[in-house]
Amino acid sequence: MNVVIQLERVTRTYALGATTVQALRGVSLQIRSGEFVAILGASGSGKSTLMNLIGCLDRPTAGHYFLDGVDVAKLDHDQLADIRNEKIGFVFQSFNLLTRTSALQNVELPALYSSSRISASLRRNRAREALELVGLAGRAHHHPNQLSGGEQQRVAIARAIANQPSVLLADEPTGNLDSRTSAEIMTVFQSLNQRGITIVMVTHELDIARFAKRNVFMRDGLVRKDELVAAPLDSRAELARWNQAEQTEPQLVLTP
Amino acid sequence: MTALNASRIALHALGRNKLRSALTALGIIIGVGSLIALLAIGHGARAEVEKQVASLGENVIQVSAGSITKSAAKLGLGSSGALTVEDAEALKEEIPDAIAVSPEVKIKTQVVAGNRNWSTEIYGNSPEYFRIRQWATSAGEIFTEQDVRGATKVAVIGQMAADQLFDEDEDPIGELIRIRGVPFKVVGVLAVKGASASGSDQDDSIIIPHTTAIRHLIGKQTGLRRIYVQAASLDVLPTVEKKVGELLRQRHHIETGSDDDFKVRSQLEIAESATATARTMTVLLSLIAGVSLVVGGIGIMNIMLVSVTERTREIGIRMAIGAHRRDIMRQFLIEAVTLSALGGVIGIACGTGAAKMLATLAQWPTLISPDAVLIAFVFSAVVGIFFGYYPARKASRLDPIEALRYE
Ligand SMILES: Nc1ncnc2c1ncn2[C@@H]1O[C@H](COP(=O)(O)OP(=O)(O)O)[C@@H](O)[C@H]1O
Ligand SMILES: [Mg+2]
Repeated sequence: MNVVIQLERVTRTYALGATTVQALRGVSLQIRSGEFVAILGASGSGKSTLMNLIGCLDRPTAGHYFLDGVDVAKLDHDQLADIRNEKIGFVFQSFNLLTRTSALQNVELPALYSSSRISASLRRNRAREALELVGLAGRAHHHPNQLSGGEQQRVAIARAIANQPSVLLADEPTGNLDSRTSAEIMTVFQSLNQRGITIVMVTHELDIARFAKRNVFMRDGLVRKDELVAAPLDSRAELARWNQAEQTEPQLVLTP
Repeated sequence: MTALNASRIALHALGRNKLRSALTALGIIIGVGSLIALLAIGHGARAEVEKQVASLGENVIQVSAGSITKSAAKLGLGSSGALTVEDAEALKEEIPDAIAVSPEVKIKTQVVAGNRNWSTEIYGNSPEYFRIRQWATSAGEIFTEQDVRGATKVAVIGQMAADQLFDEDEDPIGELIRIRGVPFKVVGVLAVKGASASGSDQDDSIIIPHTTAIRHLIGKQTGLRRIYVQAASLDVLPTVEKKVGELLRQRHHIETGSDDDFKVRSQLEIAESATATARTMTVLLSLIAGVSLVVGGIGIMNIMLVSVTERTREIGIRMAIGAHRRDIMRQFLIEAVTLSALGGVIGIACGTGAAKMLATLAQWPTLISPDAVLIAFVFSAVVGIFFGYYPARKASRLDPIEALRYE
């Protein structure tokens, strides 16, 4: 499989008044097409900083980042915006949907900013398809405040995949969700991954990381451990198991 | 992103905050509304003045008896007694382009017809007066040169005087009126002329031969109030004006350097000085309205800045999804311009309404010119661009990561 994301000794330093904070101290990482990677680490270990770099929202202070073989450091604002629009889908912990805007309109948004002209009808169709993929076809005209947290996050995922990107980035996508809803989100991720989308997901929960195929552990701005998950959990099977447990036992417990 | 989609997003955003959008637009509505109304008043006043000046006649030169200095005290116009009927005759004879001349005397007195009486202005003139002033009769005839030579007691009366002295069903022609006890035969009634440039009602007057006025009403040799001269055309008006001055100075033996005892003004000058006032007023009024428009623009800027801050997160989301800086810029600029242009359109409607109301309720002459409407609209749109630019630029320069983290 070809390499989609290639980081070479990437550092990112924040200037904070007189002092500087080294959020990343030289991260090298290679992610191939079709992978499902979970990035783990304590709070402040640099996970979000890394994700913002991979997502082309930010540029490295030093080192190189190649996305599909292109050195991102050489691109200007507009080119980065085009990459975010076409190649990358971003999912956030706090959903970040536009308020007072329907689910469908939220999902149509990336097509609106596309540099290739997309007709209104095609835009609408793609948005409907994306909503269908995340299982929310029936909620197209609901506004975010009429949706549950899990549903909002699924709308956000639909928006992230609306322009058919090759990479889906998710920074703590389940951070605001209960464990059952989290598992539902993982179902969506796993099925998208099966369709060929590369997924990079930040989480600080080991349980969630076990749905991914590969785990990358970070500490103090460096990658400390990088391993394949021997037997990734299947979210559908997990949910089925919980449903069964629910019938016998009222308490929901995540598998140890 | 297409302009259409950008406009849609902007309108959507404005629609979400209807009250705020309305209040913001109100600043522009008031600015544009007052601009339109004040311009309408200014233009209306000017048109009215122009109409009054035109009512003076065609290519008219007015020679007024000037003030003379008596023991260092200036006396008012018409006090010199320097203008004579002979002066008028000389002007007519020696200036070929002076095609009509009329000496004028004036008396204000009581007029009696039957059992009615009315106080009005009596003017003594020559028959050429009616031609100079382009004033026709609505009934009967004007008096003739013969009447002037014979000092006949005939009168041409203004419409107002006719209304006051005679019943509606009465025909004044041929009737007798008494001016200072002297009986005059009414030979004509003048058409309605309205107010003069100085504001007096020209229809409230009676015109008789100047010789009759001097002989029978004033009773002694008197100086003229003024002499009306008509130039052959607009082209020769300035030369005739100059020649009138030269001839009178020569006749009155005024040396170069000394003050004239008369004053010559052409219709052009009268028009200029009269419209100059109206123009100054228009400029002043629109300046005031312009200031309120700028205040409205600052209101837009203020709200747009608040809006950019409030929607920092939205801006971050849009950028993360792939919006270019210019997309964000355009979205906020369109919002600002929509607010101001919408305010402009409503303001034009309100201003037009206010002008119409002033015209009917307060009887003010107002005139709404298409130019003023166009200028007001363009100006309001420009205000939107000008005051919307800074907030829009600020929005487009936000850092997406920080914008996304904004609470
Ligand atoms: N904009 C910023 N300015 C200054 N310091 C920052 C900024 N963003 C992150 N940091 C610092 O960089 C380090 C890594 O942060 P982050 O990538 O958000 O960690 P994580 O997502 O793993 O919790 C932290 O010490 C944080 O305080
Ligand atoms: Mg983080």
